[in-house]
Amino acid sequence: MAQPTFETDNNNSNISSEDRRQYRRNVTVLLTLGLLIIIAFVLSMNTGFIRLSPLDTIRTLFGGGTEKEQLILFDFRLPRIVISVLIGAGLAVSGCIMQGISRNALADPGILGINAGAGLVVLIFVAYYPNMGTASIFLLPVLAWIGAGVTAAIIFSLSYKRHKGLLPTRLLLTGVAVAAGISAATIVITLRINPEKYQFVATWMAGSIWGTNWKFVLALLPFIVILLPFVFSKARTMNVLNLGEMTAIGLGAKVSREQIVLLAAAVGLAGSCVAVSGGIGFVGLIGPHLARRLVGPKHQALLPASALTGSFMVIVADMLGRLILQPSEIPAGIIVAIVGAPYFLYLLAHSR
Amino acid sequence: MSLGKIDMNLTQQNEEVKEVTFRSHPWAAAIILVGGVVALILSIGLSVSFGAADIKFTTVWEAIFRYNSDLTQHQIIQELRLPRVLGGAMVGTCFAVAGAIMQGMTRNPLADSGLLGLNAGAGFALALCFAFFPGLPFMYLILYSFLGAGIGAGIVYGIGSMVKGGLTPLRLVLAGAAVSALLSALSEGIALYFRIGQDLAFWYAGGVAGTSWLQLKIMFPWVLAAVVGAIILSRSITMLSLGDDVARGLGLRSGTVKLFGATIVLILAGAAVSVVGAVGFVGLVIPHLTRKLVGVDYRLIIPCSAVLGALLVVFADLAARMVNPPYETPLGALIALIGVPFFLYISRKEGREL
Repeated sequence: MAQPTFETDNNNSNISSEDRRQYRRNVTVLLTLGLLIIIAFVLSMNTGFIRLSPLDTIRTLFGGGTEKEQLILFDFRLPRIVISVLIGAGLAVSGCIMQGISRNALADPGILGINAGAGLVVLIFVAYYPNMGTASIFLLPVLAWIGAGVTAAIIFSLSYKRHKGLLPTRLLLTGVAVAAGISAATIVITLRINPEKYQFVATWMAGSIWGTNWKFVLALLPFIVILLPFVFSKARTMNVLNLGEMTAIGLGAKVSREQIVLLAAAVGLAGSCVAVSGGIGFVGLIGPHLARRLVGPKHQALLPASALTGSFMVIVADMLGRLILQPSEIPAGIIVAIVGAPYFLYLLAHSR
Repeated sequence: MSLGKIDMNLTQQNEEVKEVTFRSHPWAAAIILVGGVVALILSIGLSVSFGAADIKFTTVWEAIFRYNSDLTQHQIIQELRLPRVLGGAMVGTCFAVAGAIMQGMTRNPLADSGLLGLNAGAGFALALCFAFFPGLPFMYLILYSFLGAGIGAGIVYGIGSMVKGGLTPLRLVLAGAAVSALLSALSEGIALYFRIGQDLAFWYAGGVAGTSWLQLKIMFPWVLAAVVGAIILSRSITMLSLGDDVARGLGLRSGTVKLFGATIVLILAGAAVSVVGAVGFVGLVIPHLTRKLVGVDYRLIIPCSAVLGALLVVFADLAARMVNPPYETPLGALIALIGVPFFLYISRKEGREL
């Protein structure tokens, strides 16, 4: 499609200084976020039931350290932290797309029931296939995709009006209702499985990073690595879509096709993240919001900033979950919900 | 405001009131009340005789009216099935009446105890009880779930009324969803930490199995008082449902009515949730259905909702046992699966403004 250019003809001249300042600020913000993530990464490697001092960590990272330290770091903590980074980025970008497409600041894969849909399929699989072999780990994201995709299709077909496009408010209502229906189905299945499996499933549904080995990282990585750059490349299109259906059509965007493509990407991201992390809600809501406060509404900067804030949130939540109630763990999803729900309510109270 | 204007307003209000009388169908209501009570008695009989062990109707009759404690079948009926079915009927009444009051007072078609955070609040309170005071007597559980329901609803409502532009149906649902998410997250955290997950899950799934006579005894006076209170309030609720201005014009103290109404809702929802757990959608579906049948007068809606709600839950419980015997399907899930399409239908119909 022809990329619609964004500059209208009259302000081509004075666009430069203001924009450049903004650009510089955004780069600084992104770098700072990156730095924060690295710091959280290092801290997170030290926290857990067995403490490793920062020095120990660094020594172990570069091949030193005892056998036990090696095991803890490389086989348990590192994959877990890497996964936190990936799903945080994936969920936040997914939420950013949904907010952009629906032009509704309260949209996110959790509220819309897309996480629940993905979770249901994964849960059915876990409940009825007892042995989780390697093959099934790579199957999980695909299954979750199917669940997320079907759910999204239902919600969007129910909230799409032919001449008006997506109705943002109806989208949310439909999502909430569909999520309730899916939760009901989830509960039915939860009660039918044996108690040992139940503890696992419950923990998983509460959104804990349970896939703590490199296989899960490998299973998740391709989706993130392919989809994130693809979405970033669509930043300009998303800016146009944000102007509203009519304006976007006027600017020559093929609106419904773009919407569907972007939505598919968002569903793919959310689905594969849910497969590995269970139901972490609110990351997709808050990540983009914080990012918007930091870098403004243009998607060129907003999408990467969302990815970084999302990652940072999940790393910190996972770390806190391991810290608070030692030796047992609180799933990261619960921590995020306890922080995220009040923020959502705050946004709701200030929404128009 | 000039006199003429006042006069106009008055006529308009009188028109509105006439409209209510005009748009209500007392005959339909009478049929529902009589037919519903008969159907309820029949379905209770059916529900008691149907189960893991099939029992003949005559035996049911004897077990109730000529109880003989030596017979196993009589014992099953007296100790397990009868309280369960009566509990179901009572809970259905509670949810439906609570939903009707909420929808009437807030003029919000999507109001329901499940959507307003009452269920999640009560669940959270129960999670705390199970975790910190295991073996708490049922009386206290009920009290705490009242408290929890109140807190949940209070948060949702408080947030909702802080919004500029008031509590639109959409905002209400979103606030309810977020508060429910928060409280469920807290409950889940507690459940995982204390390993009381599956107990709580059973409770969350909602079911009337295991209802005891003791529970019914404790609940009954509360529920009775609340339903009677609701019927007494029903005329005022009709006025409120016409809008605050009309209510004020008719000389209604809307603040007082709302306070009483809210108290009744809390009692009903708290009692129901403490017995069957998080069963949503009864309070959403039934009042709408009733309004379709009997019109807009809450003097008819509330008693009819009470009967129909009881019917729905008794039948849903029967279905929960029939779908997949010998396993029971969670009641809450069954009702949600019926309720979700209905909710979508309502929100589409009301969707002009949403």
